[in-house]
Parts: sequence; structure tokens; C-alpha cells
Amino acid sequence: MRDESFDAIVVGGGLVGAAIAWGLQRQGLAAVLLDEGDVAFRASRGNFGLVWVQSKGLGAPWYQRWTRASAGAWPGLAAELAERTGAEIGLAQPGGVHLCLGEAEFEERASRMARMQAEAGNAGFDYRMIGAAELREMLPGLGPAVTGASWTPYDGHANPLRLLHALHRAFVAAGGAYVPEAKVTEGEAAPHDFAVLAGGRRFVAPRIVLAAGLGNAALAPLFGLSAPVRPQRGQVLVTERAAELLPMPVTTIRQTQEGSLMMGDSMEEVGFDLRQKPEVMREIARRAVLSFPWIGRLNLVRAWSALRVMAPDGLPIYDQSARYPGAFTANCHSGVTLAGAHAHLLAPMIAAGALDPALDPFTAGRFDVRAAS
Amino acid sequence: MFALRPEVPATVEVFVDGAPVRVPEGASAAAAVLLAGAAAIRETPISGAPRLPYCMMGACFDCLAEIDGVANRQACLVPAAPGMRIARQRGARVAFEA
Repeated sequence: MRDESFDAIVVGGGLVGAAIAWGLQRQGLAAVLLDEGDVAFRASRGNFGLVWVQSKGLGAPWYQRWTRASAGAWPGLAAELAERTGAEIGLAQPGGVHLCLGEAEFEERASRMARMQAEAGNAGFDYRMIGAAELREMLPGLGPAVTGASWTPYDGHANPLRLLHALHRAFVAAGGAYVPEAKVTEGEAAPHDFAVLAGGRRFVAPRIVLAAGLGNAALAPLFGLSAPVRPQRGQVLVTERAAELLPMPVTTIRQTQEGSLMMGDSMEEVGFDLRQKPEVMREIARRAVLSFPWIGRLNLVRAWSALRVMAPDGLPIYDQSARYPGAFTANCHSGVTLAGAHAHLLAPMIAAGALDPALDPFTAGRFDVRAAS
Repeated sequence: MFALRPEVPATVEVFVDGAPVRVPEGASAAAAVLLAGAAAIRETPISGAPRLPYCMMGACFDCLAEIDGVANRQACLVPAAPGMRIARQRGARVAFEA
């Protein structure tokens, strides 16, 4: 078998892998993107589409900073992808709100946001708790159960499928090699010298990036890395298109550029089970209708479930292998939100051969009992 | 373009964009739209393109119409009933008016 040689191998053709592969190619590296195929769990086909900052990183301000940095990189990413591919990703970052149902939720949210701001320190964290009366002026047809909301200027949303498509197109247009039906079945590692077998071909490179979502758990040990990720199921409901009503996204509800209302944000620990559950769908719909009673008049036209890629503490994992320098992992459940950071911040670090110290807290070493004790 | 089968009596009168048309019992609202010779039954939410019923089996959503005042109904899945008013669906449904 002939060796196919590249500057970097990226394993995983979802949002994380495609953003990094595009970012590497954009840095002038010749990258190959290995995509397992439609037998994979394909979290990037089930995304909700928020570019979301305000709920991220309580007790972990480095995650808040990384998420903010990504939201800040997003306009540049969207503009560059539009310029290179003609793709309209529908990015809008008008700020966003988290609705509270009942006084207890409002108080809890207020205390959470105050802690986030305290933890942010000099990085700052702009937010407001907005009472029901003012919120009614901002959002149409709010239900009486809504007691208020937290607002930050950082939040937004985009079309996740168009983002995925645009990243792939930009990558290929810049000379990147996309290989479908290429599950990695074997790997060989030495410092700055890696080889993988995938789809009956053999690829070699001085860098490898594991971005295979839930597949990373099994792949990482081959390269002296650890990626203890588990599936967490989320379900999404989608309505027919409606005339534009929501001027900004809500944590659990957003109106797409085309007018559909999407509802979601359920979390279930059910292993590798992609079925949908009526009780969960009912609860998503119930909260949506409490928030905006008019949503109850719309027809649902689609619903699906997908598996989030979750680390034990819910934060991303980024690492370079100590044993085999040149091998990296990237794991997260926010492939849309973090796309800006992955393409424009993480990929240059990988190209340069070292992760920025700002990413040190994201190492999987944080789960190592010996390191923690 | 579309015509009634001669052996089936057209006994149910409905209104397509206000114009009366008679269809056989059991026919769908979408069949009435086609029989009426309407130029379009909806205009799409994004580009405003005119559409007529197409798949006639609930899959394509090109027959969306306002039926008896209810927006975005799939006309091919709604049986015609006497006096039913089938009107053009113009763009996206309005879910809430302030």
C-alpha cells in the first residue's frame, strides 16, 4: 500500500474536524480530512445552531473566555467562508436571552449570572437581568409564566448545516483532501510521525488531530492521548415556517433565518440510543408554549435526536500528546459556538506545534486522579 | 388541464379563492384547487414563488393553503366539505400579531 503523505491528518468530518481542517489548510498546511461516513453518530447533523456564550463556564472562567473568543471570531469566519464559497451561513449575533419561568428560576439565574461576572474578573462579563415588563417590550407574545430573563450581548445563532457545508467546501477549494467512508481502523504513532489506515488507504503526516466526536474515546489511546467522552442525548422539535417574530435567540428556542421555530435543550443519559421519547418532546413543547403561547398554534414538521459529545465535567478537552508530540485531540459539544475558535485560534496553534497556555485547563489530565490529588 | 371523471358525480361545492367549484365526495381540497384551474395556491415564504399541489400524498407541502381560516394546511390531506373556503397561503404563517 502506497503512503499518502500530508502535513496534517484530521480524523472526523463533523463541525470540529472540518473547522480545524479548514483552519490548517488556511494556514498553508496540506491537510487530509478523514470522515467515517453515515454510520457515525453525526452530532453535527443534529445541531441546534446557537452561537451561545451566556451559560458557558460557571466555575470555569477559562471556558467562558474561550467561548467568548469564539463568538468574537465568528463574524470573521462567516465572512471568509461567504467570500470563498458564496455560502450564506445566516450568522446573527444580536445578543440572546435565557427565559425564566417562575420567581425561583429568576432568582437562581440572577445569582448564577452574578457569579459568572465575578469569576470573569478583568475579562468582564456584560449582562442584565430583565424583568417581565421590560421583556414584554423586547419579545412578542410572551407568556404570563415568564418572570424575566438574563441577557448578554454575546449570543447569537447560525445555520449549522450550512456552516458544515461551507467548511467542507472552503477546505476542498483551498486544496484540502476530503476522504469519505474512511473510518480509521489502525494507527501508528511516533513523535511527529503518524500513520493511519482508513478506507483501505494509508495516510502519513507529522501531525494528527483527533476530532472524531464520540469516536475519540477509542482513538485517543492509540496516540498517547485520553478522551473520556460519553454520549448525552438531546432532542429537537421544529415547526413550520412562520413570519419573523423572535428578534433574538432564546436558550431553548430560536427562529431560523427561514422562519422555522426550533426548540430543544433536553439532556438525557441514555448511552448510544438515538430514539426519541414522547415525554421529553412533550416537555420541550410545554416549556416553549409557556414561554410563547403562540408557538402552540404552529404545526411541528420535524423532530430528531442527536448525541452530544460530553466530557465528565461538560467542558471541552484539548490536548497535545506528551508521549507523541504532534498528536492532538479536540472534543466538545458546542461545534457551532466553538467553530470560530477552532478554525481561527486552535488550528494556528496546531500548525505551530503547541497549544496556547490558555488551553492548559482543558487537558484531559484534569480527570487523572493522581494529577488531581 | 384537470377534468372530472364522467362516472363520478360532483356533489360537494367548495370555494377556491372565492370561486365555486364542485368536486366528488371524498375528493381532497387540493383536488378542488387543481380542478378550479387556480394559477397558484401558495406563495413560498422565502422567495414568494407561486406553487400548486404536487405530490398529493402529504409529502411535499406545496399544497399549503388557508382552509376555513386556518393557515398552512396541507390541502391534499383535507377532504373537501360543503361550503369549505380554500384560500391562497401568502408567504409564511403569521403566528402572533402584536
